[in-house]
Amino acid sequence: MTSKNPFMMIAGVVSGIFVLALVGVMVWMSKDTPRSGTFGTAFSLVNDQGKPVDQSIFKGNPSLVYFGYTHCPEVCPTTLYEVAGYLEELGAEGQSLKTYLFTVDPERDTPDIMKGYVTAFSDRITGVTGTPQEMTKVIAGWKAFARKQPNPSGGYSMSHTMDLFLIGADGRLKGLIPYGADPDEAIEKIRSALL
Amino acid sequence: MIRKHIGIFVALAATLSFGTARAHEFKVGEIEIGHPYSRAMLPVAKVGGGYLKITNAGPADRLVSASSDRAGSVEFHEMKMNGAIMEMRELQGGIVLPAKSTVELKPGGYHVMFMNVTKPFKEGEMVKATLVFEKAGPVDVEFAVGPIAGDKAHSEHGK
Repeated sequence: MTSKNPFMMIAGVVSGIFVLALVGVMVWMSKDTPRSGTFGTAFSLVNDQGKPVDQSIFKGNPSLVYFGYTHCPEVCPTTLYEVAGYLEELGAEGQSLKTYLFTVDPERDTPDIMKGYVTAFSDRITGVTGTPQEMTKVIAGWKAFARKQPNPSGGYSMSHTMDLFLIGADGRLKGLIPYGADPDEAIEKIRSALL
Repeated sequence: MIRKHIGIFVALAATLSFGTARAHEFKVGEIEIGHPYSRAMLPVAKVGGGYLKITNAGPADRLVSASSDRAGSVEFHEMKMNGAIMEMRELQGGIVLPAKSTVELKPGGYHVMFMNVTKPFKEGEMVKATLVFEKAGPVDVEFAVGPIAGDKAHSEHGK
């Protein structure tokens, strides 16, 4: 049947190539989107000066982002202390880096408290807080985790992600530094991923 | 690699020097409390962790409560690392001390939580506290305040 009509054959081959190309484009796009679409989200919060900040803080310069809180006895101070060390070690090379502590406990961490906390480590770290709803959006957007754990004798603790997020100047996630990472390896990772 | 070794050496040296210079012990009944220590807190921080080693040479007991003039309240918490997530919870009913056992409160595990601290702990000072054991009773102890959080040598201390 088909051999009798060469035009049908050519049309079949052409449409076949077209479909393959289309599938290829679809696969390529679906592979590409997780990096730009799945991480990060629009938000409206305030920095430790009380000034409004949104997702645009991640554009135009690489950032180090930590999700922690000031009522944190161990991992947060340890991480921020180490981050301050990375910034010092990188010196002029890390000039473009912006560093943020997003509080997972915005109810207690006011801009003032955040300011006092982060500047105790380094004047290069900026605290970010705001409404719990907006903060929940950011935490979910970056696939981080935070949960309030009520204390039987009153008050609460926060369980949260310990990783330090490395975000490129394009606003995309470039890597993570786990808690307790070797400082030399961490600095090398920041250098290769962001600088 | 070399830097790693230096790091280990420094950690070891710091641990040893800290141990000889500041080691202190307290005793109540058959319970011995080894080297309670804390870390310097940030100027605005409201909570501080406390660490100590409890050696119970007697029958099963329980560390039921603690108090300190420096804190609004003192609790016992457990920190757990679940993958990349730090989980924190208050221990209800205190800390169980089986007969003839040693329980260590240390970074990354059980610890004392000084809540609502009004005057942040400073490096070099001693923070007075009272620990209460269910059977052995109360005992006054002092937490030696070490360097600010993040000091690797100190966090490795006692591990």
